[in-house]
Amino acid sequence: MTVQQMDAPRLITTRPLLIAQGVSKSYGSVKALQDVSATVYPGEVLGIVGESGSGKSTFLRSLNLEETPDSGSYTLDLPDVQGNLFDLDRFARRMLCATKIGIVYQNPHLGLLMKHSSSGNVAERLLVAGERRFAVLREKAREALDASEFPLSRMDAPPVELSGGMQQRVQLAKAIALEPALLLLDEPTTGLDVSVQALVLDTLKRLQQERKITMVIVSHDLGVIRTLADRVMVMKGGRVVEAGLADQVFQDPQHAYTQQLVHAKL
Amino acid sequence: MTRILDVRGLSKGFEMHHLGAQMQAFSDISLTLDAGEFLLLKGRNGAGKSTLLRTLYRSYLAQSGQILFHSSHGVIDLARAADVDVTFLRRTEIGFVTQFLTARPRVSAEALVAEPLRLAGHGAADALEQARHWLAAFGVKQALWAAYPTTFSGGEQQKVNLARALILPQRLLMLDEPTASLDASARAALIDRLADLKAQGTAMIGVFHHPGDVAQLIDREIDLTPDAPQMEDRTDVVV
Repeated sequence: MTVQQMDAPRLITTRPLLIAQGVSKSYGSVKALQDVSATVYPGEVLGIVGESGSGKSTFLRSLNLEETPDSGSYTLDLPDVQGNLFDLDRFARRMLCATKIGIVYQNPHLGLLMKHSSSGNVAERLLVAGERRFAVLREKAREALDASEFPLSRMDAPPVELSGGMQQRVQLAKAIALEPALLLLDEPTTGLDVSVQALVLDTLKRLQQERKITMVIVSHDLGVIRTLADRVMVMKGGRVVEAGLADQVFQDPQHAYTQQLVHAKL
Repeated sequence: MTRILDVRGLSKGFEMHHLGAQMQAFSDISLTLDAGEFLLLKGRNGAGKSTLLRTLYRSYLAQSGQILFHSSHGVIDLARAADVDVTFLRRTEIGFVTQFLTARPRVSAEALVAEPLRLAGHGAADALEQARHWLAAFGVKQALWAAYPTTFSGGEQQKVNLARALILPQRLLMLDEPTASLDASARAALIDRLADLKAQGTAMIGVFHHPGDVAQLIDREIDLTPDAPQMEDRTDVVV
């Protein structure tokens, strides 16, 4: 698949924030990603759905520069960010991810130091970006936790003592502390009970509307994607089989696999 | 008259992979719509009325034909427009009113109604004030404004839905049976609001189970029943 709809007639000439083109990645004989392309515009939410093993999480980790694909390019239209980001060295990747890209993992252990305080986890992100003043670190951590609807009375509790929903809020606070240009979410509500899922979704929706944060969200839960995403990309076997407006993909799916996926939803 | 919509040779069918079959919804539809005009879609059940509305809104992908929308930024073919443009136009110029509310967990009725204004850049206080005005106009009890509509009755949900869908004047408005499940006073409020928007220049195209509800608004009708005349100007309605 080519970069999405590059040939479509255009009315408003906003430039995409993110362009990923022809991204492929193999692990031995397993082709995890095959020629995956995506375009995301500023303020947009792109949802990626697909079954386990479809490559959706590998693609998201590639956007977080945790994976180096075998081929393909990835650019972000930001000041001081140039060229194919897959070509950056380890240090440049770390700085870029610390300052411009936030990520929330399904498993809080991947994103948090479980025995450090929650506020310390958020402040760590600010430290990497160069902030050294204690009062500023504390205040910014408090703001980010508050925006993520984390109860501030518990900001010094370590994540290991918190519920799953609270841990996700700490991850979210850490991800948004530096007002990232791009927020990546990997199954952010999977494993949470339904009422907590609603809280996390509501927080994300509010952040999206109030801060206009550009997001890419991976989930196998179509309800989550339907609630949050403007556009949806459907993956199967490492390939994009269909992409379009969220309501169109859910109401008028074109590909046989998407039809099967949508019709299987309870 | 300012042209708003110019639909040419539009066709839509659904490919049902699990049945290995294709179902044609409508073929070769052409129509035009000007600012302040109200077009009624008629036809027997299954004639493709709602499908046509959804295709115009791009919830369904057209098979062939053009949907030329005269936006304030220029003319664009909605059948082929980039998703990002369609999203933008839906936020600013094209509305769709259904008979169902898409409630979200933990979002109050007033916040849900204020949302389109917030997204269009209105301040929080102004958006909330207008949201309350329209909730009152559609007859939603004040005690419910701060409550979550997920638990409301169908009728109350529909009133919240209409307040939300009609709070922001649009250039083009699609109406998919919005009067279903409404009580008489809410229906009267809806017709008042539609008349008001029409007078402001909103072009409307709609499907109504009981077209008599909106008889005074209708300028033209199209019958989608196969073999029916493609378009007819109503003579029984004084415009």
